[in-house]
Amino acid sequence: MKILTGNDLKTGAVTWWDGEGWSLHVANAADVGEHGEEIAARENALRHVVAPYVIDGVLTPEGPRPAHIKDRVRALGPTVRLDLSLKPADPAAGNWVI
Amino acid sequence: MYKYDTYDQAMVDARVADFRDQVRRRLDGSMSEEQFRPLRLMNGLYLQLHAYMLRVAVPYGTLSSAQMRMLGDIADKYDRGYGHFTTRQNIQYNWIKLEDAPDILADLASVEMHAIQTSGNCIRNTTSDQYAGAIADEVVDPRPYAELIRQWSTFHPEFSFLPRKFKMAVIASDTDRAAMRLHDIGIQIVKNAAGELGAAFYVGGGMGRTPMIAPLINGFVPIDQMITYSEACLRVYNRYGRRDNKYKARIKILVHELGKDEYTRQVEAEFAHLLTQGIEPPLAELERIKVQFAEPAYETGITDAVDRSDPDFALWLDNNTHVHKQPGYAVVTISLKPHGGIPGDASADQIRLMADLAKDHSFDELRVTHAQNIVLPHVKKADLYTLWQKLDAAGLGTANLDLIGDIIACPGLDYCSLANARSIPVAQKISERFAPRENELGELKLKISGCINACGHHHAGHIGILGVDRKGVENYQLLLGGSEGADTSLGTITGPGFDEDGIVDAIEKATDVYIANKEGQERFLDTYRRIGMAPFKEAIYAPGTQKKGEPANG
Repeated sequence: MKILTGNDLKTGAVTWWDGEGWSLHVANAADVGEHGEEIAARENALRHVVAPYVIDGVLTPEGPRPAHIKDRVRALGPTVRLDLSLKPADPAAGNWVI
Repeated sequence: MYKYDTYDQAMVDARVADFRDQVRRRLDGSMSEEQFRPLRLMNGLYLQLHAYMLRVAVPYGTLSSAQMRMLGDIADKYDRGYGHFTTRQNIQYNWIKLEDAPDILADLASVEMHAIQTSGNCIRNTTSDQYAGAIADEVVDPRPYAELIRQWSTFHPEFSFLPRKFKMAVIASDTDRAAMRLHDIGIQIVKNAAGELGAAFYVGGGMGRTPMIAPLINGFVPIDQMITYSEACLRVYNRYGRRDNKYKARIKILVHELGKDEYTRQVEAEFAHLLTQGIEPPLAELERIKVQFAEPAYETGITDAVDRSDPDFALWLDNNTHVHKQPGYAVVTISLKPHGGIPGDASADQIRLMADLAKDHSFDELRVTHAQNIVLPHVKKADLYTLWQKLDAAGLGTANLDLIGDIIACPGLDYCSLANARSIPVAQKISERFAPRENELGELKLKISGCINACGHHHAGHIGILGVDRKGVENYQLLLGGSEGADTSLGTITGPGFDEDGIVDAIEKATDVYIANKEGQERFLDTYRRIGMAPFKEAIYAPGTQKKGEPANG
């Protein structure tokens, strides 16, 4: 699957296109198919996102998982500061990245 | 310490106002990201893996208590309660909001700080010896010369769009504590036989994908011509440095391809021309700066004795303090490398505590080291035990300066959008594994980079680690034999790389070889240089000793 990601212009937070808007959680990411660049250009122009780009993802029972480790780190947060990640209560969250 | 004059303050305040307007225009849509990006980078604001990252300049690593306190307050007010001290003596914040950035710059300006030229193809923050002004082995305090370079290079119109970024370091002793020869220009202030001060210029060093040790191109430029000679070095680079290929754009490539002699010939010709132009700042300006780096009001006749009855304190005393030039005083290095911790990170509370301790015990002054630690340069020996107790209670009392746990590590893939592999988890595992043995192993400088850009100085580690991406999987190459001291050398890759656990095991094997072959007081580096790579390689790659997953096909 193809996933569209970027950062929120104001806060810099990592965001994922969910089909209608931008979510902080990769689990909500939509498969953008061949439309990623088109959505990215539109959303960039509207200042909803900055530096958007399309990545490969794999659909898992827990939802979409970015294919590359760099995007998995983006999706979770720093593996060395899980308290600042999106799963602060899960001490094993870093395993999802690896 | 240098204090801003009205020109300095006006320049920084004007830049804050400019950036505030630029951010407003970006947020209201008047400016695209393409237009805005170079402007935010000129103010140190990057877009990193998780958010905007702000890199704040700490000129030659020197901070006052008020400045340090402000760095802690910014971490609390605008970030997530911590900051990361870098290998260029700066500090970075990882979770900045764009809309807050102008206010942060305004807060910084209120304590004579900024983030100007912490990005972009310009002359970056000039670094120096963290012990400057406090030790006996320097010919002069190098910081006034670093400050003169700061003033010359800030907003220099000719050098604002160089072929690539440009880093300078200034030291004034034969003991290089600033990795001087691994900079684009390294300057060593020296004294000639007549007792006159001059600047020895080493040009074309650097790390990154093509590491090079800077050759000496001029051993003695009269000190009142240092800026003119720097200008000549930059001019030749700006004229001929490659702009067509960013990987070949650093000055080290130009010096290498032209050859040291031809590059030097061109610099000398340009220098002769520039001398006729009168561009050197008047000596009166240097004298004005020097006055601000006057010696602290040391007490005299005070004791050199220190009570060593607390063994933990005695260990810290031995490892983390350095001989001061003034009797009764010591130079203290605060380790930001707790066992299992994140190298270079400090919480807002820790930053403010260090600010308070500097005010109470070190004439209001701190230094950031390129090894990602903090120095209190002038501490009375009589205060050391009290100081250590306060540090220890705050998690800042680790006694591991220059030991294997005192690891330089870049932010790596946990934070950096350029990284290929994580650095910090590897540093944490090494730190924990070797904590019981670090004093037995003695001086052992271990440096980790998460990509070939080498922000973690892996080329210059006695043991270096380079994280690479092998088909989407983190892999770690091991290097041995690097150094960034007066005996600068570049490390050699041992062979095939390892996974995260394998690299820690490989280091253990390398240290076992060291212990088995060590003669006398040899450091790891000394033993490696004496016996060579072969015994290390043999042990590291011995058949049957590899764990699953290693080696990972080189």
